Amino acid sequence: MSEENKPTITPPVTPKPVKESLRQKLRKTQVWRSMFRHDYKDTPKNRTLAIIGNVFLHLHPVKVLRGAVKFKHTWCMGGLSFFLFLVLLVTGVALMFYYRPTAEYAYSDMKYLQFDVPFGMLLRNMHRWSAHAMIITVWLHMFRVFMTGSYKPPREFNWGVGVILLFLTMFLSFTGYLLPWDQLAMWAVTVGTNMARATPFLGHEGPFGPQLGMRPDNDVRFALLGGTQVGAPTLLRFYVLHCIALPFFLLVFVTVHFWRVRKDGGISGPL
Amino acid sequence: MNNFLKIISQPDNIPIVIMLFLLAFFLGLALWQGILNDRSRVKPQGPRKEADKVFTFPYLVRSEFLSALVVTLVLFVWSLWIDAPLEEPANPAKTPNPSKAPWYFLGLQEMLVYFDPWIAGVVLPSLIIVGLMAIPYMDRNPLGNGYYTWKERKWAIMIFCFGFFFLWVAMITVGTFFRGPGWNFFMLGQEWDPHKIVALTNVNLSDLFHIRSQGLAMLFGVGVIGAYYSLAMISFLILKLKKSQFLKDMGIPRFFVFMFFFLTMMALPIKMVLRYTLNVKYILVTPWFNV
Repeated sequence: MSEENKPTITPPVTPKPVKESLRQKLRKTQVWRSMFRHDYKDTPKNRTLAIIGNVFLHLHPVKVLRGAVKFKHTWCMGGLSFFLFLVLLVTGVALMFYYRPTAEYAYSDMKYLQFDVPFGMLLRNMHRWSAHAMIITVWLHMFRVFMTGSYKPPREFNWGVGVILLFLTMFLSFTGYLLPWDQLAMWAVTVGTNMARATPFLGHEGPFGPQLGMRPDNDVRFALLGGTQVGAPTLLRFYVLHCIALPFFLLVFVTVHFWRVRKDGGISGPL
Repeated sequence: MNNFLKIISQPDNIPIVIMLFLLAFFLGLALWQGILNDRSRVKPQGPRKEADKVFTFPYLVRSEFLSALVVTLVLFVWSLWIDAPLEEPANPAKTPNPSKAPWYFLGLQEMLVYFDPWIAGVVLPSLIIVGLMAIPYMDRNPLGNGYYTWKERKWAIMIFCFGFFFLWVAMITVGTFFRGPGWNFFMLGQEWDPHKIVALTNVNLSDLFHIRSQGLAMLFGVGVIGAYYSLAMISFLILKLKKSQFLKDMGIPRFFVFMFFFLTMMALPIKMVLRYTLNVKYILVTPWFNV
């Protein structure tokens, strides 16, 4: 029997098998499913899962006040401060590959970085300008929080944490200022740390300092500088403060700050 | 004019110029929103409704991502365009004139014109930190929590903005752009002449009253400072007599803490006025410290 003469049999109505695209197949693999817990379809469930299923995003609540997400309310300044901190972390670690914090090498390492390292100048510029920008965003963040009255109960404590973060930001920038080890760095830090001479009781030029036995080589400025003037020990001290101690404390306080934002009821919004 | 352009285009000064514009913009934005809110606020507000909330994903994450993107772009352009400064190698034997602290501390350095280092460099910075942290505990006004307003928090906003804009930002601006060699004052565009001669005409407050004996002068200085801080007591008594609601809300200890911070903050502009009108150097001179 030829093909044409075959009696036509209506096939049972079965749904036409949908041809799966490669992407869909990929999404069904064990590897994919082990990594991603939900798909991207725009449903309330997925919007929720996008936040709580992601360790970075889950710092946020699932829902926020409508008015609080507006740029004109928060100016994004707190978030940008943190973002700039991350930029500083990344560029800073990269800079550490090329920089040695000793009086013999520091300056020549800067020259090396600027003239020989591929993209070294860009790296250094990014680090410096992010640092300046972070100071500005932190100040603006403080100003915004004041202007919206967001330090009021129940957020009094978090405002205090914020003030510590403000201080740490400026101190981080100050310690970093010395590291290029050029005239600008050395004298700016000399001017800044000279203030410590005048600390009441603890500085050798401060009120009642000499009476308590403070000398240039044993007062609080000496402890800060590791010497009687800004020198090689200061460079090492400021390097360790700048790269390890202060970022560590900053991260601790940032953690508390973010956690308290959540615990105190989220971004304070227009009621 | 050339000098003006030279100073504002110093790589490290560019952020200050940008900041001044940003501050003006955001001050305007905050006050404008405050006034709009004052005009249109529907009161009283009920508890926050779930319906007033939106999903963080995408509404918040989207703005965060976009602002991070824009800032990254700005940083790249800024960094490709302007190089970070690198001067000669550090040389402890060669002091530049003027020697300036990093720009964000220039407000403190500028205060050195008016106060000795132990006040301007140590006591006042510490009090700024403590005072800022104390703000939420001193401000008892329950209104204006979480939204911009002007009418409901006039005094708080005025005091804070006075401190922030005049005693911090303006001082930084003066320290950066108007202070040249010898920390002398130069107008914008004026050449920074390292040989500028300024007559030292400052006298102590006691000298203005012809008090010549050291002991009496000390007593006089203590008296003036005591009188200044007793303004706290006087205003307390006045408010008490007037049965002021403000005082009742504050409570006695909180009121005095507030007055201490407030008077200490105002000491700076007062000292500036005394300097520029009467050439006053010190209020109190002792063998151990001067104020």
